[in-house]
Amino acid sequence: MDSVNGKGKCGAEKAPEPAPARLNLEAVRERLREKRGPEFWRSLDELAATSEFQDLVHREFPRQASEWVDTADGVSRRRFLQLASASLALAGLTGCTKQPLEKIVPYVRQPEQVIPGKPLYFATALTFGGGYATGVLAESHLGRPTKIEGNPDHPASLGATDLFAQASILTLYDPERSQTLLQNGRASTWGAFTSQVAGRLNALQPTGGAGLRILTGSTTSPTLADQMQQLRTRFPAARWHRWEPAGRHQSQAAAVGAFGRPLETRYDFTRARVILAVGDALCEGGAGVRYARDFAEGRRGRGDRQEMSRVYAVESVPANLSSVADHRLQLAPAQVEAFVLALAQALGVAGGQVALPAEAQKWVQAVAQDLQQNRGASLVVGDEYLSPAAQVLIHGINQALGNSGVTVSYQEPVEVDPVDQVRSITELVADMNAGQVELLLILDGANPVYTAPADLAFAQALQKVPLRVHHGLYQDETSVYCHWHIPATHELESWGDARSFDGTVSLIQPLIDPLYDGKSIYEVVAAMLGKADATGYDVVRQYWTPRLPGLAAGLEQLSKDTAGSGGITTALGMGGFSGDSGFSGMVGASGAGAPGANGAASPSPGVGMPANQGLGTQGGANLPGQSTPGGAQGSGDLGSESTIAGSSAQGGPATGPAAGVTGAGATAGGNAFETAWRRALHAGLIPATASRPAAAAVNGGAVQESARRIAETAGRFQPGQITLVLRPDPTIWDGRFASNAWLQELPKPILKLVWDNALVVSPGTAQRLGVEYHDVVTLTAGNRTQRVAVWILPGVADDTALLTLGYGRQHAGKGTGQGFNAYPLRTTQALWTAPGVKIEKTGDRYILVNTQNHHVIGLYNVNEDEEASEEAAKRHVIRHTTLERFRQDPEVIQKEREKPDYKNMTMYGNHPYEGHKWGMVIDLNVCTGCSACVVACQSENNIPSVGKEQVQKGREMHWLRIDRYFGGDLDAPSIHNQPLPCMQCENAPCEVVCPVAATAHSDEGLNDMVYNRCVGTRYCSNNCPYKVRRFNFLRYAPKAEETPVLTLAQNPDVTVRMRGVMEKCTYCVQRIEQAKIESKVERRPIPANWLQTACQQACPTHAITFGDLNDEQWEVRKWHDDPLNYGLIEEINTRPRTTYLAKLRNPNPALEPAGGAEGAEHGHA
Amino acid sequence: MQTFHRSSNVIARVSIFGAIFFLAFLGWVMASLFNSSYASGQDVFKRQPVPFSHEHHVQGLGIDCRYCHTSVEKSSFAGLPPTETCMNCHKQIWTNADLLEPIRASYRTGEPIEWTRVHDLPDYVYFNHSVHVAKGIGCATCHGEVDKMPLMFQKASLQMQWCLDCHRDPSKNVRPREEVFNLNWQPPADPQEAQALRARLTKEYDVKSLMSCSTCHR
Repeated sequence: MDSVNGKGKCGAEKAPEPAPARLNLEAVRERLREKRGPEFWRSLDELAATSEFQDLVHREFPRQASEWVDTADGVSRRRFLQLASASLALAGLTGCTKQPLEKIVPYVRQPEQVIPGKPLYFATALTFGGGYATGVLAESHLGRPTKIEGNPDHPASLGATDLFAQASILTLYDPERSQTLLQNGRASTWGAFTSQVAGRLNALQPTGGAGLRILTGSTTSPTLADQMQQLRTRFPAARWHRWEPAGRHQSQAAAVGAFGRPLETRYDFTRARVILAVGDALCEGGAGVRYARDFAEGRRGRGDRQEMSRVYAVESVPANLSSVADHRLQLAPAQVEAFVLALAQALGVAGGQVALPAEAQKWVQAVAQDLQQNRGASLVVGDEYLSPAAQVLIHGINQALGNSGVTVSYQEPVEVDPVDQVRSITELVADMNAGQVELLLILDGANPVYTAPADLAFAQALQKVPLRVHHGLYQDETSVYCHWHIPATHELESWGDARSFDGTVSLIQPLIDPLYDGKSIYEVVAAMLGKADATGYDVVRQYWTPRLPGLAAGLEQLSKDTAGSGGITTALGMGGFSGDSGFSGMVGASGAGAPGANGAASPSPGVGMPANQGLGTQGGANLPGQSTPGGAQGSGDLGSESTIAGSSAQGGPATGPAAGVTGAGATAGGNAFETAWRRALHAGLIPATASRPAAAAVNGGAVQESARRIAETAGRFQPGQITLVLRPDPTIWDGRFASNAWLQELPKPILKLVWDNALVVSPGTAQRLGVEYHDVVTLTAGNRTQRVAVWILPGVADDTALLTLGYGRQHAGKGTGQGFNAYPLRTTQALWTAPGVKIEKTGDRYILVNTQNHHVIGLYNVNEDEEASEEAAKRHVIRHTTLERFRQDPEVIQKEREKPDYKNMTMYGNHPYEGHKWGMVIDLNVCTGCSACVVACQSENNIPSVGKEQVQKGREMHWLRIDRYFGGDLDAPSIHNQPLPCMQCENAPCEVVCPVAATAHSDEGLNDMVYNRCVGTRYCSNNCPYKVRRFNFLRYAPKAEETPVLTLAQNPDVTVRMRGVMEKCTYCVQRIEQAKIESKVERRPIPANWLQTACQQACPTHAITFGDLNDEQWEVRKWHDDPLNYGLIEEINTRPRTTYLAKLRNPNPALEPAGGAEGAEHGHA
Repeated sequence: MQTFHRSSNVIARVSIFGAIFFLAFLGWVMASLFNSSYASGQDVFKRQPVPFSHEHHVQGLGIDCRYCHTSVEKSSFAGLPPTETCMNCHKQIWTNADLLEPIRASYRTGEPIEWTRVHDLPDYVYFNHSVHVAKGIGCATCHGEVDKMPLMFQKASLQMQWCLDCHRDPSKNVRPREEVFNLNWQPPADPQEAQALRARLTKEYDVKSLMSCSTCHR
């Protein structure tokens, strides 16, 4: 059948498969009641046992995935055979092709430290979600960055990264990036731009710049703050507006309400024994990676698992944290707020009574009691999306529980000049409409035409501005309305600085010259200040010249630390050849659990600059004596800077222009600065710049007022009235990553949609509305209507409809036309939730692509033999137990395991595995399903993106997938994530069926995959019970002849696979081999825990451990022998080398009596 | 009545047997072609921008391999000297030689010299120089006596068969580490002594036969 696309944008997209059958939800509920089928289920299709799902279980790929249906008319079977035999006949000849002559091109002058064949790592920072920095190490191969790793020394990273950081490599090389400076759509020059703007600015000078407006997102950059200050000095009447679509609007409002000023909240999950997460607790304020790490610390179980944190999740839509929570409660948004109020009441923070459903009432009692019992060691986290009133109550609750100063602290804002952004953009629009704006600069990728609240009608107002300038990575919805468009530099191409969630400053250094002649925001603002030729390097250095030497003490300390153990670490310990000191540093680090420090490399990697920029050519020109007066001016004027200046002894506020500094003083200062600058670049951060906790007391009046307001809203709540919930998209955020194919194709955590968003509703709501998967509905909020397709997800609260931001873009490179635009439904009054929306069926369908049923592990056949089906259902893909049960019997999981007698169960003889024996353990207890590992794997292993249509055919190429399961009640399920790389079976079914021995067992237990040997029979994939093998049905790898720039992103240590070749995870064998070679060259063993796979390194929660099972010093060995360890479907004697740690839950007996719900189900063990 | 003439039998037999011979012959042609220097590039001189003589520089002047191939002990890639390395000497000597004009031009303009690769493995093979050097495999083992090559050519076939020949039994090519860069080193003449040396070095350097696919293919 044809897919009828509501918007007609993707009309060309055909649905090659029959549309999914209608689900019978009643039958599903019936099955669940009778407890037939599996304990955990992947989707409603599985529960309903639809024939499509059955098919997927049995097939290696979905039907038609293997057929040639990519051309419009398709290819008949007969024609296919003809072509195949012709290919076969000619194939022998291709083997005779002579290798072409290749050129080899050495440097003219080889840069210091560059060793061809060995990557360098540079410490820098990337900023997301409000400009907060994450410290990263960028891997550079001969001047081209290819991979991002976390900076272990950086507080926001601790060595891990999120998926956005991983994917930034692809954004850098995105061929869709804007490449030319445009004036009215025609190519122009920077000189033409600056002269026109300078003229306009001169005209504005007499009025003090009235009419000059700048619009950016949130920023934390001290240098930019300083530049803005200078701009204000020159143009006192100019205004700087801010609009960060997914910024901290409501958190800030709540802080102002509760504390009287916009304090930022910081959490310490490590000290919390009881955590109540209201909403998406791990996503707050640019600290998601760090919080996840801290959370996992407490969750992993202290003291041989005698104690672990207890986590309650209360939410409307499932967040990542809820998959590791002990209890989750789904409530409609208004009821979540009522729950917070009820909790506040139960804890005596607020008075009165609020009505709640019985289940929620029970929760309030239980949670309140638990929190009370853990005063000072509990933590209530509310996310940005809660109303300011509810967040004020949460501040009050934390204070009442004595958590302030322990698990919760407050700090002066890291964000530069935090303003009420909704007001800021509203005023801008009002002024534009009033004709008061002469010149508007929209900088740093801000895209207000697309993202501004719909009630402001930004685009109409914008057109009243006489001169409009847009600066961004892409030509987007806003740039088409602007006279000028300036291509921006990516953060990996530009100098800059930024602060992390805790205030720590990082310098941002370029890894490569700008690919497309872009300009950074610093350069554009410098041009406004009359310095059109200033480079970002000049600007940032000038700002830090008077300030950095004062912070040198901390840097010196850090560089000492680095020389010892810990310190700057790299994945592969590059540069480790330079002597034994490097090696001893690594050993030292291994004890501390860090991956290899490399003292010997200090301070070199940080100072060298990539590409053709040498410090020698630029460094000398920037001594303080030569800096322009503006460079050091006004350093003390800025609020956010006080923490930096304050912590330095000598770097206090400069009283006047620094040009007065002369002679010997300047030289000495220059040297001190140069040293400090190099150290800061090398370390990736400036220590001792973190904010100190601020004293804060919650305003009692504000709490009472908030309670009253919530009670009022809760009183208006009517069941059956649907609330629209808007959220930033988990993969493309507010739309800024729409052109990033890695992020578009990443199955969204929990939801598992790719390339689209959708209106996500619960099964109950879908049933009530009579809508189905793929149905297009009209969604009406107030007087605004949008057509969207529906997706059904268990775990969403009833009467709630989730729509993520960032889709439905008109100008977004590869993201153009994908999904449905949520911004037209977003108004200044309803940023994140809009109650009382209407949903009406249109009768149209739009095919959404979801991977939830791809690669099903087929253990049961629910339709056939009842007895066999029951037997199969006991085979748990996800094993779990409770802390209580585990304490009574630590062997509880081991007793459940159905591990066959390995010794006598192979025809081929057992492998000896002398030397290394690589293995991996994945801790299901801390995996939040965030999917950073999937993108890390993609980046490390040159895994291509294939596009929506190919994913629909089940041809996605991710080597590592995260399977999501639901358990329990359809209307309030538990959620489970299971990362699934290749199991590297010791008794691998794939190896024995390959007719050309292209997949073979290595001496160390890897299932090697030899791409150049593979002829594409796909027998291996057919025989893989875990379905981890991926086949290149087409030539998916970037084509050098079409998009040469994408080939720059590829890892030179991994083969780029061609069409017709099978591929799969090999535990990052290139890293293993590299480590082995280094150890051999340096004549020492591989230090324990030194070698990490890409997924492991990226993982914020340390859920993945990899290493040598033959060596007791490796952490992986400990987890492999752990009582919670089990293998996935190990009863079929595959002997998986990748094993899992069972989920350990710590339920509250008040909410789940021992032997209750899931416990009983599991009781047969 | 017969449809076919009696001679058809002969033709049929000849064709059937002939086909077998023809296929075998075709196989032989293909195999020879595959193993020929035409396909492997063995022993073939390649035109270079400058006719650089290893014989002159190594044997004549006694320059160590590592003076130019600086990363051979550190990296997978042995390293090709930047123009600057050539100019270290040729700033002083042969400053006007016509043959060296491309070098001087490169130094002047900053445009690198484009050499033609002599030893060129397929992209799916990950060979690492540093580990071979560390294990006592001499340069000459694979590259031949470079000091006797006025123009560079590929001495070995560099085919997988050739790699495996050594990987199956690497001890036969092990030499003392200090002799790795000595292109003229010979094992002791006495077979027993040579055998003893090989055995000792194999043990001392922990030389193993690595036959897993992922040793070279990733």
